[in-house]
Amino acid sequence: MPDPATQRAIDAVWRIESTRLIAGLTRIVGDVAVAEDLAQDALVAALESWPESGIPDKPGAWLMATAKRRGIDALRRRIALERKHELIAHEQRILQQLDQPDLVAQVDDVEDDVLRLIFMTCHPVLSRDARVALTLRLLGGLSTPEIARAFLVSEGTVAQRIVRAKRTLSEARVPFEVPGRDELGDRLSAVLEVIYLVFNEGYAATGGEHWIRPPLCEDALRLGRILAGLMPGEPEVHGLLGLMELQASRLRARVGPGGEPVLLADQDRARWDRLLVQRGLAALGRAEKLAGALGPYTLQAAIAACHARARSVEDTDWLRIVALYDGLAALTGSPVVELNRAVAVAMAFGPEAGLELVDALAGDRALRDYHLLATVRGDLLERLGRDAEARAEFLRAADLCANEPERELLLARAEAL
Amino acid sequence: MRFMVLVPADDGYEQGRMPGTEELAAMTRFNEELVKAGVMLAGEGLHPSAKGAKVRFEGGKRTVTDGPFTEAKELIGGYWIWECASRDEAIEWIKRAPFPDGTEIQLRQVFEDEDFDAVMTPELREAQSRLREQTETR
Repeated sequence: MPDPATQRAIDAVWRIESTRLIAGLTRIVGDVAVAEDLAQDALVAALESWPESGIPDKPGAWLMATAKRRGIDALRRRIALERKHELIAHEQRILQQLDQPDLVAQVDDVEDDVLRLIFMTCHPVLSRDARVALTLRLLGGLSTPEIARAFLVSEGTVAQRIVRAKRTLSEARVPFEVPGRDELGDRLSAVLEVIYLVFNEGYAATGGEHWIRPPLCEDALRLGRILAGLMPGEPEVHGLLGLMELQASRLRARVGPGGEPVLLADQDRARWDRLLVQRGLAALGRAEKLAGALGPYTLQAAIAACHARARSVEDTDWLRIVALYDGLAALTGSPVVELNRAVAVAMAFGPEAGLELVDALAGDRALRDYHLLATVRGDLLERLGRDAEARAEFLRAADLCANEPERELLLARAEAL
Repeated sequence: MRFMVLVPADDGYEQGRMPGTEELAAMTRFNEELVKAGVMLAGEGLHPSAKGAKVRFEGGKRTVTDGPFTEAKELIGGYWIWECASRDEAIEWIKRAPFPDGTEIQLRQVFEDEDFDAVMTPELREAQSRLREQTETR
């Protein structure tokens, strides 16, 4: 066992190198499961030899060379023992691929491999849950227990999800490539969706005892920043990054001292993270410059920017927010967006106008059991002085809400009326 | 975790010598790598201390001295702000930077609000918030 300091240093190298290592190996062997195994073997080798020899000057190159050498040795041994022909053929192929000098790595940018890997782990043949787990594991560098904790499921579930996902990719022969122009739009949306799902689970946890979980937001932000570095010409990549940076800038103002949620209107804006605000506005600027028509993430970032620029709730440009929501609603047709638009309308034109829109949405099947609809309705009724109705809505919202701190806030609001 | 990485200024830098093409290319490559790894949040270079000043507090008086500063080992030439998972990750990144022999880079962790939780009273926090609001909206 290495001493704790060496162990931590090796962990740090692993965090920096693992994605590129797995991506490079996937390109060589064409199978993400084999690539990850080879990478893990190289890590074990590092844990054995670095405490003695010290960390090499080029740890990434060392890991890659070791992964290939160990892979070749293991395959040769296995082929010698194997009796079934089809298995030998498969292993022979991988052995050949590993045993050739890696010419591509000399001419091609290894970073392109990382981009190819993102498109692979977010491939539509996988379920959403599988895409999220595999992306966090291979690109976010999270361990299975970390992913399990993040999504409040058992380690076994996550491990199984990842194994199945890798098998599905291999069976479907999903190519290791950046999709061509004709399908790039849809495939990129799938990638952005995975990153934003991770972010949202940290920003407004759907379940559990914590209202926010900042480490998940950081993982998503890091993925977003990596993607923006790899695809600098894609407006929506910058749009999503801007949206996440702007939302993350409010994280520390979003919880009270007792862990309770603090809503935008009640937040101490002086506690917003100015560096992230700046970065968010810059990313939005890049997105707007690149885009013809603004995409959904850029529109949401533009809305977040209206809040970031405002000194107070009253000072906020609600008319512009309504206009941006109009654009977003036209683009997505999502009832949740309509609900948000209704809130903005209430701020711009008064609670009555907002309530009218909310009531029109109340019959929507997707929103019927959505706790935020009841919350918004309660809020508007309260502002109109219709306390008894407001109280009933807050109680209903609390009933529908799965996040504990958020539920308590709703009960407290009902109580206060 | 957020870190500030402080880069010292050497003599040539202080005399206003711009870095050579090769040096600049290597540093640009390193910066690109930081950005593409999602690590770099900000980074700036500083003008030579000749354009700066020092303000000294003593006996209720403030004494201003124009640059250049003579204590060469205190001179800062630039800084980065990085987001890393650990101090070890930040150290690992610094090791990869293309600095010449003899360079000594300083790594410092940036305070985040939670670090103050033990010592901050609500009154103190409010006062600080007010202060920040004033500086931000000026």
